[in-house]
Amino acid sequence: MKTQNVSSTAPRAPTSDRSDRSGGVKPIIKATGLVKRFGKTAAVDGLSLEMYEGEVFGLLGPNGAGKTTTMRMLITLLAPDAGEIVVGGFRVRDDAERVRNLIGYIPQERAVDRALTGREHMALFADLYHLPKAEGEERSAWALHMVGLTDRADEVVANYSGGMKKRLEIACGLIHRPKILFLDEPTLGLDVESRTVIWRHIRELKAEGMTMVMSTNYLDEADQLCDRLAIIDQGKLAALGTPRQLKESLQGDVLSLTPENGDSSVRERLTIALKGLDDVVHVVHRDGAIELRVTPSKTILTRVLDVVNGQGVRLEAIQYTRPSLEKVFIHYTGHQIKDEWA
Amino acid sequence: MSPYMQEVIAMTRRWFQRFKREPMSIIFGLTQPVLWLALFGNSGVTFRNAGAIPGASNYIAFMTGGVVVMTVLNSGLAGGIEMLFDKENGFLERLMAAPIKRSALIISRFLFVTALTGVQALMILGMAFLFGVVPATGWLGVGLILVIGMMLGIGFTAISMALAFSMKGHGGFFALLGFITLPLIFMSSALVPLQSMPGWLSVIAQLNPMTYAIDAVRGLILSGWHISLVKVLIVLAVFDAICLTWSNRILLRGMR
Repeated sequence: MKTQNVSSTAPRAPTSDRSDRSGGVKPIIKATGLVKRFGKTAAVDGLSLEMYEGEVFGLLGPNGAGKTTTMRMLITLLAPDAGEIVVGGFRVRDDAERVRNLIGYIPQERAVDRALTGREHMALFADLYHLPKAEGEERSAWALHMVGLTDRADEVVANYSGGMKKRLEIACGLIHRPKILFLDEPTLGLDVESRTVIWRHIRELKAEGMTMVMSTNYLDEADQLCDRLAIIDQGKLAALGTPRQLKESLQGDVLSLTPENGDSSVRERLTIALKGLDDVVHVVHRDGAIELRVTPSKTILTRVLDVVNGQGVRLEAIQYTRPSLEKVFIHYTGHQIKDEWA
Repeated sequence: MSPYMQEVIAMTRRWFQRFKREPMSIIFGLTQPVLWLALFGNSGVTFRNAGAIPGASNYIAFMTGGVVVMTVLNSGLAGGIEMLFDKENGFLERLMAAPIKRSALIISRFLFVTALTGVQALMILGMAFLFGVVPATGWLGVGLILVIGMMLGIGFTAISMALAFSMKGHGGFFALLGFITLPLIFMSSALVPLQSMPGWLSVIAQLNPMTYAIDAVRGLILSGWHISLVKVLIVLAVFDAICLTWSNRILLRGMR
C-alpha cells in the first residue's frame, strides 16, 4: 500500500529550526501560526505548538477556548485559515491521507454505532485502515483485550455503559498501531471508576512509547497524565510547560507559620527577621498565622525554621502549600475553569 | 483487494449490519405500499374512461407501478438519514479521520439503499401478484422494473444525502421530507394517469422524473414492451447525472 510508506525515504516537509529547547529533537508535530475563524470570531488565533515523540501533551483550557478546533486541525479534519501543520514529517495540507495513517483519533462524543457490536466496530476500522484480514483480526483481539472488552465484544454497543463505549473507542483508535494518538476530552462525563480505567490505559500506552495529544478541561487529569501542557485561552497560547514548571512559574509556594503564642509583637518580630531571608518574596499576616510567599527551593524550610528557633519562637503549626494547577490556570487565563467533578 | 474496495465493502457491510439489527424498518417501509395496494387497489374503483389505459381493467394493476415508484421515492429520500445521524453523533468524523477516500462512504450508501429499494420493489410486485397482477412482460419485465426503480432511487438518494449535509439537524430534515414527498406523488402519474389530469397538472407531472418511471413500470405490467422505454432510461440517466453532480459537490465539501 503506497500510502503507508512513512520511512525516511518518504517526502519530508522541511521543518525549520532544530534549535528548540529539547536539545535538537525534532518535533513529531509542529504547528505554526494556526488561525481558524468561524464567522467573525477567531476560534484559534495565531497558535504555535510543538509536540515531541513519546510525550503526553495536554491542551488545557475552558470550554470554547479552541482546544477542539485546534485538535481537529491537527488531525486533518479542519483546514486552518492560516498557518502550517506538519505531522510526522508530512504537511497536513498536502498529505492529509499520509497523516491519517499515522494517527489515531478518539473523539469527544461517544462516537460509536449503537447498532453494531464491539467486534464489528473493530472489523470496520481494521478495514478502513487497510489491514489484511488476519492482521485485522489479531489486532482487534489485542485491542479488545487491552481495554477489557473481550467478554462483551459480541454484544451490541447499545448495551454498553458510557465507560465501555469510551474504551471501545480507544480500542478502535489503536487498531492500526498509530504513532500518535489524539484524545479529545477522554474522560468527559465519565464516572470516577471509568475515568480511572481510562487514565490507566493512557499510562500504559505512554509506557509503550506512544505519543499522545489530549485535550481536557479537568485540571487534575492534566496534572496527572500530561508531560507538557499548553494552556489555551481565547484561541491563544496562554502558557506552556510541564505541570511542575507551570506551577513554579507562579513563584508562589506558600509557607504558613502559626506561633504558639498569638502575641502580635512576636509575629512582628518574626516577620522582620523572615523578610531578610533569600527566596522569601512576600510576608503577610492572616488569622494569627504568618504567611510567606516563597520561591521554591530545597533549603527554604530549614532556613525559615532556623530563624524561628533563633528568635526563640515555638510554633503551633506549619504548613507548606504548592500552588495547584488551578491557581496556575486562573493566573494565566484570568478566570476559573469550570470543574464538573466537584 | 484494493484499499478502495476494502473501504467500500467495510462500510457497505456496516449498513447491512445496522439494517439486520432493525429488521422492522423494512416491514414498516413496506406497510404504506401494501396499504395502497390492499385498500385502494381492491376498493373496486374503476375508471370511467378505462380505455385511456389499455389493459387496466382494475385499479390494483394500475396502482402497482405507482406503488413501486412511491416506495422507491420514500426509501431513496430516507437514504441520507443515516448519514445525518452519523454526522450528528460524531461517528462521521471518526470515519473521516481514517485514511479513506470520501467517495467510498458515499458509494457504500448508494450500494445499500439501491439494494434495499430493489428488494422492496420485488416484494411489492410479489404482493401484487398475490392480488392477481401478472406483469405482461414476464421476468424480463420484472428485471427492467427493478433497474428503473434503482435508477430513480439513486437520484433520490443523492438528493437525500445532499440535504442531510445541508441541514443543521435531523428535525429540519424530516420536516423537509414530509413537505416534499406528498407533492411529488400528487404531481406525478402515481395515482392518476396523465391523460386524466387537468392540463396544468399534467404539464407539471411531465417534469417529474417519477412520472416517467411510473409510466414505464405501468406499461411493463399492463401492456408490454414499448419503444418509449428507451426514452425513460435516458431521462432517468440524466436525472441521476444531475442529482449526483449536485450532491457530490455538497457531500465532498461537507466531508473534506
